[in-house]
This record gives sequence, structure tokens and C-alpha cells, in this order.
Amino acid sequence: MFDGMTAETLARMQFAFTVSFHIIFPAFSIGLASYLAVLNGLWLRTKDDRYLTLFNYWKKIFAVAFGMGVVSGIVMSYQFGTNWSVFSDKTGPVLGPLMAYEVLSAFFLEAGFLGIMLFGRKRVGDGLHMFATAMVAFGTLMSATWILSVNSWMQTPAGFSINELGQFVPEDWWQIVFNPSFPYRLVHMVLAAYLTTALVVGGVGGLHLLRNREDAPARRMFSMAMWMLIFVAPLQILAGDFHGINTLEHQPAKVMAMEGHYDSHPDGAPLILFGIPNPAEKRIDYAIQVPKLSSLILKHDLDAPLAGLDTIPDADEPPVAIIFWSFRVMVGLGFAMLGLGAWSVLRRMRGRLYEDRWLHRAAIVMGPMGFVAVLAGWITTEVGRQPFTVYGMLRTSDSLAPVAAPAVAASLTAFILVYFFIFGAGTFYLLRMMNSPAGAPVPGLKDGPIRTAGITPVQQVDPDATPGE
Amino acid sequence: MFELSFIWAGIIAFAVLTYVILDGFDLGVGILFPLADDEQEKATMMNSIAPIWDGNETWLVLGGGGLFAVFPLAYAVVMPALYMPIILMLLALIFRGVAFEYRWRTERWKPVWDAAFFGGSVVAAFMQGIALGALVQGIKVADRAYAGGWWDWLSVFSVLTGLAVVVGYALLGATWVILKTEGRLQRQMQGHAWWLGAVTLGFIGVVSIMTPFQDPEYFNRWLSLPGSIFSFLMPGAVLAAAWALFTGLNAGKDAQPFLAAISLFVLCFIGIGISFYPNIVPPNLTIVEAAAPDKSLRFTLVGTVVLVPMILAYTAYAYWVFRGKIDPAEGYH
Repeated sequence: MFDGMTAETLARMQFAFTVSFHIIFPAFSIGLASYLAVLNGLWLRTKDDRYLTLFNYWKKIFAVAFGMGVVSGIVMSYQFGTNWSVFSDKTGPVLGPLMAYEVLSAFFLEAGFLGIMLFGRKRVGDGLHMFATAMVAFGTLMSATWILSVNSWMQTPAGFSINELGQFVPEDWWQIVFNPSFPYRLVHMVLAAYLTTALVVGGVGGLHLLRNREDAPARRMFSMAMWMLIFVAPLQILAGDFHGINTLEHQPAKVMAMEGHYDSHPDGAPLILFGIPNPAEKRIDYAIQVPKLSSLILKHDLDAPLAGLDTIPDADEPPVAIIFWSFRVMVGLGFAMLGLGAWSVLRRMRGRLYEDRWLHRAAIVMGPMGFVAVLAGWITTEVGRQPFTVYGMLRTSDSLAPVAAPAVAASLTAFILVYFFIFGAGTFYLLRMMNSPAGAPVPGLKDGPIRTAGITPVQQVDPDATPGE
Repeated sequence: MFELSFIWAGIIAFAVLTYVILDGFDLGVGILFPLADDEQEKATMMNSIAPIWDGNETWLVLGGGGLFAVFPLAYAVVMPALYMPIILMLLALIFRGVAFEYRWRTERWKPVWDAAFFGGSVVAAFMQGIALGALVQGIKVADRAYAGGWWDWLSVFSVLTGLAVVVGYALLGATWVILKTEGRLQRQMQGHAWWLGAVTLGFIGVVSIMTPFQDPEYFNRWLSLPGSIFSFLMPGAVLAAAWALFTGLNAGKDAQPFLAAISLFVLCFIGIGISFYPNIVPPNLTIVEAAAPDKSLRFTLVGTVVLVPMILAYTAYAYWVFRGKIDPAEGYH
């Protein structure tokens, strides 16, 4: 299947494959953990049963998604060593402590309080249960903070020196953690996680509104999701713009590839909306472009000169076509999210938020688009870092473990088979849970690990159970 | 002696030991899963670990992440050397981890996820044991990289340690279920714990006798001070733990068998520590050589000193919340 490929290519494919699968789950669980904390808080304050119904509904979905995130994440923490051991040896003194902090301040927090959040309301009471729910949400955000610091340091390394063994060694931890691209990347990713969750919640709400307009929990979640979209989508576009300008400063080659600027433009660069990258000829074919707009966006000046990939040595050039496309997918989806949010505002002003069936259908179509945008964004920034692992300092080809191609090919095949099987099944269960309306149990199925222990009808004695179930 | 790298070796050892004990018993519950007679016993067994398995497994991430942080060279050498057992362990952990949620989401495929839970637990435990055996055999290092072959990890000795860990984890799991249940399931597990305990002791004996032959250095460490003190103490301590295990089982005690099984693991772990010291990766990568620069060690230590006690506190709290017997007649509350 992978004949003739080098160990490096295979190891890169393996990392790309496993990390792409992995990021889907955190992108969802970061947002969903916060949403659950909000729902539980609203329930405690208002005692409005719809919030409790929604909390219990999304809680079960969270448990499945979180489990998939945990198991796919453990793989990541070991893959640095198995396939990229030279990278690990060289960057360990700088990146290792950040990852250790992620484990200590985030993973344990999530795992420690998750059990109480899922199964412990009756045992600890509402107050501590709320605390546990908030800790899970806080843990997901801490995790994002540390791992994005790690990733950002690989993009914009700072605060280090190199010792006689060729290792990166820390000089200034503040500069390492708060390296130049970190604040932008963190904001961009957390907003992306919130948008992704809002889109899923909106899609599920839309689905159940299409079936039953009077479904009270569906109305609530649809409304909450649409509010979230209209506030967060514009913020995200703004954050993305800042992030892009930061990237232009620190990783100009990446922006050149995103923009498709093979050539330098001394007096104002055009914004290429669409086109077909032609790497052999180093040009964009059939380009549709707006003159000088790229300079305006990136430099806030119509006539500002912008350098192109002709100023970058070929050996340091990232793969342009992938980045050009993935960037456009991400940006396009960002504006589609904004559009959905704006549409919902118009309908809400007319009091037809729950009546417009095309709006609900659009929300369903947009439901999974947050994941697509997150993946496209990560592809843009990670492929754009190539051909380096530590940008400008350590080449990908010099990071590889002493692994033989057949060993990597075998493990890659195993990962592909297992991931499609396991996460395919998990996605199927998630969709089936989302397909059943909030407040109605799936016929013939029991509730979850803990409550199924009972032989009495647990719903009757379980305060976690939703009225009407 | 009180160099930062030694403090860190102690912390990593603590994290690995904590992992082995905590995930040991919940992997053990998975290994014993097919012995449950009916759906209710299966549910009870899984429920006894459902709220905590995730936290238990986080210690494995700390082991990996911690090694990367403070002993990057050891991490960079061990992972490629144990490539296949590690990948298989990770895949196995995926299968058993998702089973906790998946088996409740389907009727038709429930047997599939039950098998995944069992198989994943067995394979993960076996691979961890193989990794241990391969480490004890020693790992070839040259130029800051693994210098051995792809199958070096596979030997009679490593297969033996692999089986030992599977049986040992099953013992931990059985004694955990004894602690958490009553009635028929508890009685069954008391029976299983008996033979599992006997086989575990047999493995401890055989592995202990074979270990010194893996590397002549091990002989010296066990036969010269301070190691020789332990050579005298260790067999007695193991026998004491075994005595506590079997008398506890005979007397129908709830907690004593579990604590005794944990003691056996702690003693074995101390034994491994004596064999390894001062190396972190036998036969010749020392703790000091593998350590990250002091700046990295110090930065990580500051947070660890604050956070690990907090983690232990709220982990203990989570166990406290879910204390007591799982009573299948009343459901779980």
C-alpha cells in the first residue's frame, strides 16, 4: 500500500492522520464543556427544566466525544517519541515541560472531575457538581492553552539557545510560553472550538425543529447556538485577520503560499480569490483577483509592497497548492458561519426564528462545517510551517527517528484501520444520539454506564433524569 | 545525590508506579470481564471503574509527557526501541477506552465492544509487560539514538514479563472487584484471586531469578551494599504480602486483599528500581546523562510540587465520592 515511500513521508502521513483525527474531538469538547457549564449554571439559577434537559442530553454526547479525544490523544503523546525521536531529544528541554504542565494542570483536572460531572450529581449535591462541571470546562481551556503554546513555539521559536549537543535549551520561559504567535493562535483556536460547538448544537436544534417546531429544548438550543454564531463569527474573522498579520511578520513564506503570491509585488499585491496553483510553472492559473486588496488586508495600505515566494529559496518553500486551498476553505466557511448568524438575526427580529425551515436546513448543512474549517485551518498553519518542524531552525527531515519505512508503514496501516473502525463507530453513535430529540430516551437503549446498573426503572428515582422522560 | 535529575527520577518513578497500580486494577477488571456470568455482573464490574479509569490512564500520559520533559534522551531512545509494543499498547488502549461508552450505545454490537474491552485490556497489559522486560534486557544506544534492531524487544524473558503483568493486573482487578462488590460476584472473584495470586507469586519468583542473568551488573547491585540489604529483606516482604493476600481472601476481608496485591506491585517496583539505579535506560544510559538541562528541570519542578499534591487530593476526593459497594439492586447512587 505504501511501497516506495520513505520513512519520513510515512511518518509525516502518520502524524498528519492521527493528529487530524484527534483535533476533531478537542475542537468539539472544548466548546461543549463550556456549553455544559453554562447550561448547568442556567439550570441552577432559573430552575428552568429545559436547561437540565439540554444538560443531560449534551452530557452523554460529551462523554462519548471526550472518550474518543482521550484515547486518540494518548497516541499523540507517544508518537513524538516513536517516530520523531530526534525532534524529541532536541526540543524536549523546551517543549517537554510545557506538555508536562498540560498533563498536570489540564488532563488530570478534566479526568478527575469528569466522573463527578457525569455520574456524581446525587452524591455530591448541586453545588459541588457545578464546581466539577466548571473544572472540566476550565481543564479543556488549560489544555488548549499549553498545547497551543507548544505548537506556537514550533512556529515562532523564542527564548532559547542551542547547546553543544544540538538541543534547544530554555533561556527565558516567559518568552517561550508567550512566544510571538501564541496569543493569536490561542484566541483563534478557542473561538474556533466555540464556533464548532455552536454549529453542531445549531444543526441538532435545526434538525429537531424541522421535525417538531414546538420542541421546547430544541428551540432553546437553536436560539442559543444562533446567538453564539452572530457574536463569535465576526470576532473570529477579526482574530483570524490579526493572526494572519502576525504570521506575515514571523512566517512570511506561509502567507505567500496562502495568498498564492509566487511573485513579488513591489507596488500593491492583488488578492487572489480563486485560481489553480501551478507549482511547476510557479504561478496561479486562471486567477480571479482583486488588485491591491491583499496589500490592503495585510499591510492596511493599497500600495504597500509584498514579497513573493520568488524571494524564498526553493528548499525552504512550503507546499503551495495545499495551503492555497485549505486557506480558502477555512475563510469561505468562516464567512458562511457569519452569514448563517446574520440570517438568524433577521429571522429573530421578525419573530420567525423557529419557523423558517430553510434556516433550519441551512443550520443542519453547516452543522459539521466547524470541523472542516478547523481541519483546513490546521492544515494551513502546519503545512505552512514546512519544511521545518521548528520554524527556520530544525528541518523535518532532520527530526525523524531512526525508523525503517516498513515499520512506519505497518503502524500507519494499523492506525488507519483502527481509527476508521473505532471512530467510525463512535461517530455513528454520536449521530444517533443527536438524532433522537432531547428529553426522549432512545427506545430500547439504556442510559449509560452507571444508571444501567439498576434493575429498577432508574429514571423514577434519578434526579438527573429529565422530567417527561 | 540531591541533584535535580535524581529528584525527577523519583517523581517519574512515582508517576509510573501510580499508573501501574491504578490502571493496573482497571485493566485487570477488563482482563476478568469475560468471567462475569451475566449482563448484570458485567455492568457492575464496568461501573466499578467507569468514573475513574480516565484519571487512572492520565498517569500514563504523565509518564510519557514527563519523560519527554525531564529525560528527553531516555524518551527518544526508548520509544523507537519499543516501537511495536508501544504502538500495539496504544491501539489496545483505544479499543478498551471507547468500550466504556460504546457498549451502552448499542444492543446489537454490545458483544463487539465487550470483546474490545477484554482484548484491549489484555493486549495493553501484555505489551506493558513486554516493554518492561525489554527495558530490563537493556537497550542499545549509540550517538544519542537507539541502535538496535526491530525485534530486539522480543525474547523469552520479555514474553514472560508480559504474561506476569497480565496475571498481576488480573489479580489487582479481582481484589478491586472484591472491594467494590458483594454476593456472588465477590465470592467468584475471591476464588479467582486465589489462583491469580499463586500464579503471580510464581512469576515474581521466576522473573527475579532470571533478571540477574540479563546483565551481570544486576548481580553486583543485588550482592553489594546497599542493594544487598534488600536482597535479604525482599523475599521476606514478598512473603508477608502474600500471606496478607491469602489470609485476607480466606477471611473474606474487603480491602485487605486489594492492599496486599498493591504491596506486591510496590515491592516488585522497588526491586526493579534497585536493578536499574543509577541507570534510567539499562545497560548504560544514566539518569544524569538523560536529564534535560537544570533550567527545564527546575521550571517543571516548581509546578509539579504544587500541582501533584492537588491532583492527589482531588483524585482521592473522586474516589471518596464513589466509595462503597456497587449495589446492583439499587442502581448506582
